[in-house]
Amino acid sequence: MGANDAGLIGQSVRRKEDVRFLTGAGQYTDDVTFPRQTYAYFLRSPHAHAKIRRIDAAKAKAAPGVLAVFTGEDLTGVNGLPCGWLITGTDGKPMNEPPHPVLAQGKVRCVGDQVALVVAESAHQAKDAAETIDVDYEILPAVVNCVEALKAGAPQIHDQAPGNKCYTWALGDKAAVDAAFAKAAHVTKIDLVNNRLIPNAIEPRGAAASYNRADESYTLYVSNQNPHVERLLMTAFVLGLPETKLRVIAPDVGGGFGSKIYLYAEETALVWASKKVNRPIKWAADRSEAFLSDAHGRDHVTHAELALDKDGKFLAMRVITTANMGAYLSTFASCIPTILYATLLAGQYTTPVIYCEVTASFTNTAPVDAYRGAGRPEATFVVERLVHQAAVDMNIPQDEIRRRNFIRTFPYATPVALTYDTGNYDATLDEAMKMADVAGFPARKAESAKQGKLRGLGYASYIEACGLAPSNVAGALGARAGLFEAGEVRVNPTGSVTVFTGSHSHGQGHETTFAQIVAAKLGIDIGNVEVVHGDTGRVPFGMGTYGSRSLAVGGTAIVKALDKVIAKGRKIAAHLLEAAETDIEFKDGKFTVAGTDRSKAFAEISLAAYVPHNYPLGDLEPGLDETAFYDPTNFTYPAGTHICEVEIDPETGVVTIARFAACDDFGNIINPMIVEGQVHGGVAQGLGQALLENCVYDADSGQLLTGSYMDYAMPRADHVPSFQVGTKVTPCTHNPLGAKGCGEAGAIGAPAAMMNAVHDALSAVGVARIDMPASPHRVWQAIQQAAKPSARA
Amino acid sequence: MSVQLSLTVNGKAVSAAVDARTLLVELLRNQLALTGTHVGCDTGQCGACTVLLDGRAVKACNMLAAQAGGAKVLTIEGLAAADGTLHPMQAAFKDCHGLQCGFCTSGMVLSAIDLVQRHPNADEKTIREELEGNFCRCTGYHNIVRAVQQGAAAMAK
Repeated sequence: MGANDAGLIGQSVRRKEDVRFLTGAGQYTDDVTFPRQTYAYFLRSPHAHAKIRRIDAAKAKAAPGVLAVFTGEDLTGVNGLPCGWLITGTDGKPMNEPPHPVLAQGKVRCVGDQVALVVAESAHQAKDAAETIDVDYEILPAVVNCVEALKAGAPQIHDQAPGNKCYTWALGDKAAVDAAFAKAAHVTKIDLVNNRLIPNAIEPRGAAASYNRADESYTLYVSNQNPHVERLLMTAFVLGLPETKLRVIAPDVGGGFGSKIYLYAEETALVWASKKVNRPIKWAADRSEAFLSDAHGRDHVTHAELALDKDGKFLAMRVITTANMGAYLSTFASCIPTILYATLLAGQYTTPVIYCEVTASFTNTAPVDAYRGAGRPEATFVVERLVHQAAVDMNIPQDEIRRRNFIRTFPYATPVALTYDTGNYDATLDEAMKMADVAGFPARKAESAKQGKLRGLGYASYIEACGLAPSNVAGALGARAGLFEAGEVRVNPTGSVTVFTGSHSHGQGHETTFAQIVAAKLGIDIGNVEVVHGDTGRVPFGMGTYGSRSLAVGGTAIVKALDKVIAKGRKIAAHLLEAAETDIEFKDGKFTVAGTDRSKAFAEISLAAYVPHNYPLGDLEPGLDETAFYDPTNFTYPAGTHICEVEIDPETGVVTIARFAACDDFGNIINPMIVEGQVHGGVAQGLGQALLENCVYDADSGQLLTGSYMDYAMPRADHVPSFQVGTKVTPCTHNPLGAKGCGEAGAIGAPAAMMNAVHDALSAVGVARIDMPASPHRVWQAIQQAAKPSARA
Repeated sequence: MSVQLSLTVNGKAVSAAVDARTLLVELLRNQLALTGTHVGCDTGQCGACTVLLDGRAVKACNMLAAQAGGAKVLTIEGLAAADGTLHPMQAAFKDCHGLQCGFCTSGMVLSAIDLVQRHPNADEKTIREELEGNFCRCTGYHNIVRAVQQGAAAMAK
């Protein structure tokens, strides 16, 4: 940041946004009340797969307080929801993209599929009326498992996707991989399931839509991570409206984790219906609806192989994955198990050749899309489970096998399409081992053994590609839009600054981090910086927040706008100080003529910019308000090592997370407190996946068996320990902040670290494989199974 | 069926006519516009709706408004001093970064106060066990535990 940072960069500045949240003054979507507001309720399918023969809504339409009932056939002129990423298959053909209707059109394809929209004067009335709608279903057989869906004879879900296949896609040199395996001294093979997760942001999704007859415009409040993307997709692709006629506001948003990136049917139907009933309409999902209708995460079935030479050097990797898309293609679903997955299979290692083949299938389940980490946790899980197992097979210490294969020369072009700009994987491994007190592990293990407990240690040296995305690369890979970010810095006449960012904060603390950058760069008080986000009516443009991109991409757009502000300020100062522009220095909030004490404060320049008496009108426009767009030239590559230590009670199968240490390299850090918080949260989500969480659909009926917090095990305060977190810094080489992003690392590293620890502990009792989550039931069963004489043969 | 009830909310007397099935959280949010109390689930698990009822933490989604007749209800809006000075527990959550998206925060802070009133010297294990009924998806609980410890110390002063 240079000399103007005023000591703010790298400081744990307490968050500007906290007071409103701590006093109940935050404004989330369900807190918004329009005058004359009505309420929506969505009638959802109770069946996983059925034809709709007939819908009789006469009673509901006549029920007390009901304004309207809409079904699929009412939505004339409304298109299906689009998918933003085209994957081209190994057959050279585009993926199968069946329609994704806003309300069911003649068929339902998962439990929770929306069938009808009821609008009433109160939420209770809408719900009561919906119960009277008579839907005549012809129930069809259902399939929920992504592998089963591809088998001959599986129920056919979409006419447009024969065999329920979305695509088979591949990356890497298959022939070279086959040749390397043929020469290998050792091959490690594993099969694994990356368990399906339900994101569960604590604020359920919601929306409130209002139509204004005067100018035929709409306003939509929605719990969403990227309001401009929401607006573009909804207007241009689904409703056929000019985008200027829809203002999308994503106010305070109670967590996203990916699940609020997407354009969903509910808010689309609300916008459409708000004109039909000519009243504002509000909808808030209850948690049961969220379980059924939020896009889920993960759900991979994978076979993976690693070829090694006699010294444990990796020669080649082969990965075959089946991925579940759910019933419909959600907004970014297709790129998650491909572009954001296979490209990360090099990990931190010099594996020279890698081949990955992914088949994506449709099933009678909720759509699956990005969830914190999105493809990268799945890749890390494959790589780090393979590496762990290879070390066990070849009797090489876990840290040693990693060191023998680390990439140490940068930039480094991987065999799976990425070029890492920088990193220091030894540094994060060394530090994580110190933090985890690996040296003391044998003593702790012996102590556990004395008490009849099993103790295990697991490593995950992960890498992720963040800062989405260099648009030309994304476009070449199938993205239907570039992934720029925009920032506007408006200097107000009295010298305060309002920043309009296309990034969206739903817990990440942008109002503080971005304000630190602005205050440091302009040399002004952080209290004079306001950050505005989440409103297409105020922010010029934006692609939103996901993929740990906000600081690296959104922050850089702000820095570029700040550079323009300073450049213009210098011109104004030169005029006022009657000096050459090249002689003006800007430092600590002052424009000074070099080598003199003649200067103008920042606020003097801002005032002169807006209400000048003396201004070079012929050469320079008044005003001090600059916008910049930034398109990154490469992804960023956060990386690190996470080490987990577990203790298992073989009598009960209960796994206790004894210690967790994470050393990450996020590049330069603006606010360490916020970064640590992001790691804590990500780790807890990763440990949730490994220890507790599992989305289960009944294989026969397609019913969601884990449809409430009574059945879906969320991590609670007493499931996780306090974490040890630390960082090492290699600045990103291609953005001016040197930042890489920190939002997803925890969720990427933790599952592999923990499951490696579980496998390490259970190896003592002969357990070879256990899938996530390592619940007491599963662990106990695995121990019993391994103890059987047949298992020991 | 409509029920007439009187109660005290954040120190102010409130009279309301509610549909008998109205939940306490619905009364607070919809009729009294106290939207700082949040609804995060429908099974009484997440704790986002926690308020203090006669000084005790309760889940406002898990009781009828009518059951709160005659009671003193404290919501997050009534916690800070009239001049805006934060309650020590609110201040501790800010200082320890015990919140991110803010959605669980009001329930978490009120549960924490109840916890400290019952266990003034709670250790980490007790704090974690006592917070079982409040979900946070953002913080991993690490900084919440720190905040409760710091808030407890400040409340003891």
